[in-house]
Amino acid sequence: MKGVFSLSVISGILNTMIGLATPFLYAALGEVFAQTSGVVNLGVDGIMLLGAFAAFYAALTTGSLWLGLLAAALVGLVLGLLMSVVSVTLKAEQGVSGIGLYMFGLGMSSLLFKVLVGTVKTVQGFRPLPVPLLADIPVVGPILFRNNVLVYGAFLLVPAVWWVLQKTTLGLKIKAVGQNPAAADSVGISVNGIRYLSVCIGATLAGIAGASLSISLLNLFQDNLTAGQGFIAVALVYFGAWSPVGVLGGALLFSVVNSIQLWMQVLGVRIHSSVAVMLPYVLTIAALTVTINRMRQPAALNKPFERGES
Amino acid sequence: MVEMGAEEAILTPGKTYPHGARRSLENWSRVALNVLLPLVGVLFALLVGAVLLLILRANPLAAYAALLRGAAGTRFGITQTLVKATPLLLVGLGICIAFRANVINIGGEGQIIAGALMATWWPLTFHAWPGWLLIPATLIVGFLAGAAWGFIPGILKARLNVNEILSTIMLNAIALQLMNLLLQGPLMDPAGVAARTFLAQSAQLPPAVWLPRLVPRTLLHAGAILALVLAVAVYIFLWRTTIGYDIRAVGLNPDAARYAGIAVPTFQALSLTLAGGFAGLAGVVEVIGVQHRLLEGLTSGYGFTGIVAALLGSLHPIGLIPASILFGGLLVGADTMQRAVQVPSALIDAILGLVVLFVSGSALWSRRWAARRSVRSQKSGEAEA
Repeated sequence: MKGVFSLSVISGILNTMIGLATPFLYAALGEVFAQTSGVVNLGVDGIMLLGAFAAFYAALTTGSLWLGLLAAALVGLVLGLLMSVVSVTLKAEQGVSGIGLYMFGLGMSSLLFKVLVGTVKTVQGFRPLPVPLLADIPVVGPILFRNNVLVYGAFLLVPAVWWVLQKTTLGLKIKAVGQNPAAADSVGISVNGIRYLSVCIGATLAGIAGASLSISLLNLFQDNLTAGQGFIAVALVYFGAWSPVGVLGGALLFSVVNSIQLWMQVLGVRIHSSVAVMLPYVLTIAALTVTINRMRQPAALNKPFERGES
Repeated sequence: MVEMGAEEAILTPGKTYPHGARRSLENWSRVALNVLLPLVGVLFALLVGAVLLLILRANPLAAYAALLRGAAGTRFGITQTLVKATPLLLVGLGICIAFRANVINIGGEGQIIAGALMATWWPLTFHAWPGWLLIPATLIVGFLAGAAWGFIPGILKARLNVNEILSTIMLNAIALQLMNLLLQGPLMDPAGVAARTFLAQSAQLPPAVWLPRLVPRTLLHAGAILALVLAVAVYIFLWRTTIGYDIRAVGLNPDAARYAGIAVPTFQALSLTLAGGFAGLAGVVEVIGVQHRLLEGLTSGYGFTGIVAALLGSLHPIGLIPASILFGGLLVGADTMQRAVQVPSALIDAILGLVVLFVSGSALWSRRWAARRSVRSQKSGEAEA
């Protein structure tokens, strides 16, 4: 074990953590939008899978990573519309419709992968883009400022989402619709319109989260690429008490555990890979039990809006 | 709650309840609606599937014909459909119980694994027991193992208000890794170790624990009959016992149930535990009825497909029987379709997801219809008075 926790290993662990946190951040921050407006989108994992495939396939065939990113975002948007129609307009039980969306994404991404690609291929993902000056800071520079553009985007999204939700009229409307849809409706806010928008923003970000796996972090696609990361992202929203900063904390906590697990295997620490892989899931359950700020849960979460019902 | 069942039987004070012919006619039309709406959902999903097939340059008619032929065209196909329907029915029964208490059990996969692990370890350990003792014992311990795996999210929800959807999904992943760990370790087939193949599967179970086959030279086993009997038992449990009544009351209106003195969290935990037990049984019959050993991929997604079957069966144990057979057939036919038109069977997985989306979306109409009907019967009740 000697030397395992040397400075270089620690900085390696932290650097891996930043990369691993990226898909969690996109997906969970997107889910913050949906849930703040009162809709639980449990289909995040399915959207991530199809987004990951779309990005991978577009990058593979056109050679353009930006087109890949666009494809992932569009796929997310379309699936967000589907989720909105079923959960907002048709007022489906959100837990069930979300699972349906997940199953659809899982099956569809597998189908498309088998038909269009067939074998495991890799793409050259986004390259690291060192930030001038900052990248040269010892220790901190390599960890934080030598990542690719999708990673920077994920971390910049945290203040952006905070700003939209706390400082803009749109944010106020989203919160109103999630807290008291009847009151929001009575002052002329379109409850369903705001919910459509929030779910679609969330789903678009979930699509990008998938892209951050397939063309930034892993640079490949395979069946069930996400392995449930979308569900962990939903759990992070509860854990982070519907606040972007809380979500950031949760995403970093998860990623550091995952990163340590990966590094332990790299360094040959004797731990069975199954036990190591199990860790983040056990941690998720533990995190769900210690969610403290339940008071901040949007009051109308999981409740479809029907005019005339209180 | 997905409002689909024959549930309005719980009386609401101040509401008029018409009797006689019209009442029974309305009951029948409600049953018809509960059957028709989900079927329309399936039809829609198959239509979308047909469009996908066209995009993939396959002939949808040929594909679906192959699917039907595989599922029901031969004697072996029919028995295979029933073999696949058995775990779906068992998992679905648990899903029904949970849903009735307003709890969504996504943990079927993990609970199946828990039951399957126990159904492997127990007969391998007590291999000298005679079949008449070993089979019931294995069924019981497998049920208990699944129940234990369902109890964890149950108690977490009851005590700490942990979202059961998320905790059950995490427990699925944990159970899967646990199975990998055991299959690569203590449960690995000694023959595989000796032959240095190191296949991730257990040793074959003693023949005493094998469930009898119902049709010679097929895989159809006595677990199918067990599942049917249990479907009736769950119906009686939910509609003819006090505990069942309490579970349904909790699901219909948690606030009213709490007001009536029912311990809501306890019944939700209980329903998740029972759901886990039934999924565990599905794992047991797969091991001692079909495979006779534990191997990777044993769950085959039954934990999720069971949810689809439960929804399609209107969350009713008896409705679940035809729904399980339908989806069992879909799973069997998917392989035939894959061979006939070279479209991966993953298409069926995508279609199953669409079925869930459409059926959960269609609940709106059944709810609207129920609301309109209750207004109408109230009006006519006033007129009669």
